[in-house]
Amino acid sequence: MNINLTLIGQSITFAIFVWFCYAYVWPPLVAALAERQKKIADGLAAAERGQHEQELAEKKATEYLKDAKGQASDIITQAQKRANEIVDEAKGDARTEAGRIKAGADAEIEQEINRAREHLRQEVVVLAISGAEKVLKREVDKDAHASSLNELAAQL
Amino acid sequence: MADEALTAGQYIKHHLQNMTYGQHADGSWGLAHTAEEASAMGFMSINVDTMFWSITLGVFFLWIFRRAAKNATADTPTGLQNFIEMIIEFIDGSVKSAFNGRNGIVAPMALTIFVWVFLINFMDLIPVDWLPGTAAWIGSTFFGMDPHHIYFKVVPSTDPNATFGMALAVFMLSMYYSVKIKGVKGFAAELTMHPFSSSNTLVQILFIPINFMLEFVALIAKPLSLSLRLYGNMFAGEMIFILIAIMYGGGWALGIFGGFLQLGWAIFHILIITLQAYIFMTLTIVYMDLAYQVPEEH
Repeated sequence: MNINLTLIGQSITFAIFVWFCYAYVWPPLVAALAERQKKIADGLAAAERGQHEQELAEKKATEYLKDAKGQASDIITQAQKRANEIVDEAKGDARTEAGRIKAGADAEIEQEINRAREHLRQEVVVLAISGAEKVLKREVDKDAHASSLNELAAQL
Repeated sequence: MADEALTAGQYIKHHLQNMTYGQHADGSWGLAHTAEEASAMGFMSINVDTMFWSITLGVFFLWIFRRAAKNATADTPTGLQNFIEMIIEFIDGSVKSAFNGRNGIVAPMALTIFVWVFLINFMDLIPVDWLPGTAAWIGSTFFGMDPHHIYFKVVPSTDPNATFGMALAVFMLSMYYSVKIKGVKGFAAELTMHPFSSSNTLVQILFIPINFMLEFVALIAKPLSLSLRLYGNMFAGEMIFILIAIMYGGGWALGIFGGFLQLGWAIFHILIITLQAYIFMTLTIVYMDLAYQVPEEH
């Protein structure tokens, strides 16, 4: 074991290797590691965010569902109310219509009665006149008493 | 497997000798043929095997990691990418927990140290004769060299030059940042104003040399212990592999026993090589952190 120039040679070799490592080996590897670390951290953060968002969305969906249910029941209630109203309206209309028809019928009946009465009166007048004619034929002047008999007939 | 021409002692010595290139006593340049020649070459020589393996493994490490870095994306990683990222995260965690300053060089340096030292140490697990044997065969076949004079140490961390070289670089870097952060004055104060200090100026002046002696030893001990720890552990491990390898020359029974021993030691050694790489890295981070620590005023 002699100490010789190898000592210096080794020092220089070592220095060159360290420099090469410093310049070309270490930085890209460490950069890649750091980048991957960041990527993983980002990925984890994104996953967490995603989960959070999903939770929010679920919550929102539940709310929407609740709203929709409420609205649906409102609509049903309204519809029922409206249906009742329509039924009531129809009932009212029908009643009115029936009253109207009944009134029309009543009026017609009245007319018929009046007409029948008029007719009857006429006939009674004719009959009374002819009866009275037959009775009074001989003693009563037809022309002299016709005006008073007509007066009588109008009072019926 | 001990060469029959070598005694056990020669075998061990042969394995502990680096392939050294330098100037011979006669003025010509070349590989040292013996351990004596290698030490005679003095400081102006170089261990070819140490440099070759450390650079090869270092380039291998950077190639693998550069490939992963090029393909790095934030998408799901696969195979090699996954493994590399695991190491990066481990290093990043270690640096973040131990280093409190702000310096972009510390983490890449820790990564380089950990993986490079681990790969270097891993060479220890390759059976001790394979690569030196191959080198001897290549040397004798293609270059006409005497195979007994071809030395090939495949584990750079069993060469103190390699561990000292790394520790020295770490030490210089920590000194540089120490001076940069604390200033020359602050750095000098760190060496001279602790652990003894006094409000009396005269007493303080007396304390300065004592403080300096203590602190300077502590300062120098850092790179020394850093490199010697790795070197010592790997050298001891290598030595045990060599001793086990000698058993293969001692007949069937001893050879099979040696085989089991080698397996057991290699499995145990996996722990050691990883641990040593980790310790070297952690201490480097700690030293860099110390360079960044501004001591509270007394």
